[in-house]
Amino acid sequence: MQYLRQAWTIAAKDLRSELRTKEALNASLSFALVILLLFSFAFDPTAEMTREISGGLLWLVFAFAGALLLNRSFARELENDCLDVLVTSPVPASALFLGKTLANWVLLLGIEMVCLPVFGVFYNVDWARQPLWLALVLLLATWGITVIGTMFSALTVNLRLRELMLPMLVYPMLIPCLMAAMQLTTALVAGQAPAGDQLAWLRMLVGFDIIFTALSVALVETVLIG
Amino acid sequence: MREKILYGLGAIAALLLARNIWVMLTGLPDEAFQGAIFRIIFFHVPAAFTCFLCFFVSLIASISYLKTGRMQWDSLAVSATEVGLAFGAANLISGMIWARIIWGIWWTWDWRLTSMLVCWLLYAGYLVLRRAVEEPAQRARLSAVLSILSFTVVPFVFFSIKWFRTQHPQPVLYGEGRMEAGYRAMLYGNWLPLLLIAVILVAVRMQQEKRLRELDALRREAHAF
Amino acid sequence: MTALAVEQVWKYYGDFPALRGISFEAEQGACVALLGRNGAGKTTLLRILAGLSKPSKGAVRVLGRDCLSAEVRRATGMLGHGIGIYDELSAYENLRLFAALYGHKDAHRAAMEWLERTGLERVRDGLVREFSRGMRQRLAVARAFLHKPSLLLLDEPFTALDDRAIALLQGLLRESLASGATIVMSTHQLREALELATHVALIVKGRLAHSGERTAEMLDDPGYLYRTYGEA
Repeated sequence: MQYLRQAWTIAAKDLRSELRTKEALNASLSFALVILLLFSFAFDPTAEMTREISGGLLWLVFAFAGALLLNRSFARELENDCLDVLVTSPVPASALFLGKTLANWVLLLGIEMVCLPVFGVFYNVDWARQPLWLALVLLLATWGITVIGTMFSALTVNLRLRELMLPMLVYPMLIPCLMAAMQLTTALVAGQAPAGDQLAWLRMLVGFDIIFTALSVALVETVLIG
Repeated sequence: MREKILYGLGAIAALLLARNIWVMLTGLPDEAFQGAIFRIIFFHVPAAFTCFLCFFVSLIASISYLKTGRMQWDSLAVSATEVGLAFGAANLISGMIWARIIWGIWWTWDWRLTSMLVCWLLYAGYLVLRRAVEEPAQRARLSAVLSILSFTVVPFVFFSIKWFRTQHPQPVLYGEGRMEAGYRAMLYGNWLPLLLIAVILVAVRMQQEKRLRELDALRREAHAF
Repeated sequence: MTALAVEQVWKYYGDFPALRGISFEAEQGACVALLGRNGAGKTTLLRILAGLSKPSKGAVRVLGRDCLSAEVRRATGMLGHGIGIYDELSAYENLRLFAALYGHKDAHRAAMEWLERTGLERVRDGLVREFSRGMRQRLAVARAFLHKPSLLLLDEPFTALDDRAIALLQGLLRESLASGATIVMSTHQLREALELATHVALIVKGRLAHSGERTAEMLDDPGYLYRTYGEA
């Protein structure tokens, strides 16, 4: 109980300071919109074509936007040595990690909520034909991205070239998660409820989230306390 | 003593390799569909086995480092990863040569090729991370965590890419027939010399790592005080 | 009663021992001045005491408990080189955040009380980014003291502070000592630190060259310690 309260305090702190400065949020959101625009040059954006690759397109946008957001997650603690103070405080490293993951999750979901309608309008796609399933996929896959991303944000926080290191390490790690999200999203945007193979993808996504959340929670103290 | 053992192992590996190549060229007939080039499989497949064995050793060494804090484990982890990457590259390149001759293309997004490439990139990231950390204990700790995370994602990568590819139509390029016993024996028989080479390389790299640590300690001693 | 026990602490960076078998104890109410040249290992030792780093060998016990345990963390206050407060939060939000993290029952009251004590209640809702250096330092002092720590770890505390913050910090340190807290501070400014110190610990090349009570001659002649116990 106290553990959850501590994690929530950290998440609330991160959300409050990010919503106040909007540093990472603005950069990340405008980056996402720019990529969304750029994709229109990569292929012929007819409704048919777009629907076929909608999952891949959307999740690449989300993954790129996420990297910008996640880079700042632990880096923002370096100013004034706040990270040292948090680590010496009675908050367990894993609660600190979960709090930060939660904040990143909410922020990235927010960015996705802006990108989806923009995608729908620009590419003339009715994306909300399976709203509940789509919401579930967004929640699960975004958690996968943020849990891995926050872990690597902690891992690279004290390194030089941290901004370059994070995407290089995170993207290969995220391939299974992104692939599942892309498959599911493409089918959902086309209006098909998940069945058969799609359910297997969904199960894999859940497994990915559970395993990497558990592993990160177990290892984050080793990362933060040397 | 240590050197002599390594030279001895090297000699055994060379003899085994020479014998295997002799048998491959003279003893085994050309495969019916692929002709002479099929022999590349005797290096291609054992290289992949060796690669993943190395990554597994790196995982065990990384866990042991986090448990004990002994730098020898870190040396083993990085040495095994580097050697694993070398064998992974051997696997990819031999596969590409084979594909060029049999399929007429260097690369296809077949699930095995793609998965192998992703794993190779994952572990290449491990080496890049190491170069970015100055302090040896911190480097050991962070890269051990990365090694554990990377090994965990490998099965996910293989399964997801396999599912992804089997759902999509793709040219059926060859049937998956079971190999004849003679070929199979050679496949495993040729794994032994490659494994010996891997062991020698890891041992040499570990020795280098030890020297690097000693150098680093001396430099710190000189600078600190 | 022994408040802090450092037992044969070694810290390796790779094969290089930065700390080599450091042992000392401090009673409740003691103030230990950690002395030594740059790179001697003062900061490394302080980071271990603060639970930011683990010793390679040996142990640190605070009131009989391991220094990484939650109880000890709750009882430890730290003031390092950085001020450890958030620029994009207000003074009140900062203190409230840390009061909550340290498990204060009434975080709001603790924050208000410390804003008043440090003379910052007038600017309680101002963002720290807009504060002057002195105000930020006072806020940092409040952050370090607001959970009434019984072990205080200070890394070069007087170096960056202005007069008002020094006065505030010295007052709080005296008060803490009187109430039985233990202080460990690393320092260059020998006089300010030594006036407060009851004990000294001199680290030379990662080893403890001397530890014992602070004597009058150390105050009179700051070089005395280094000449007697350190290398020339």
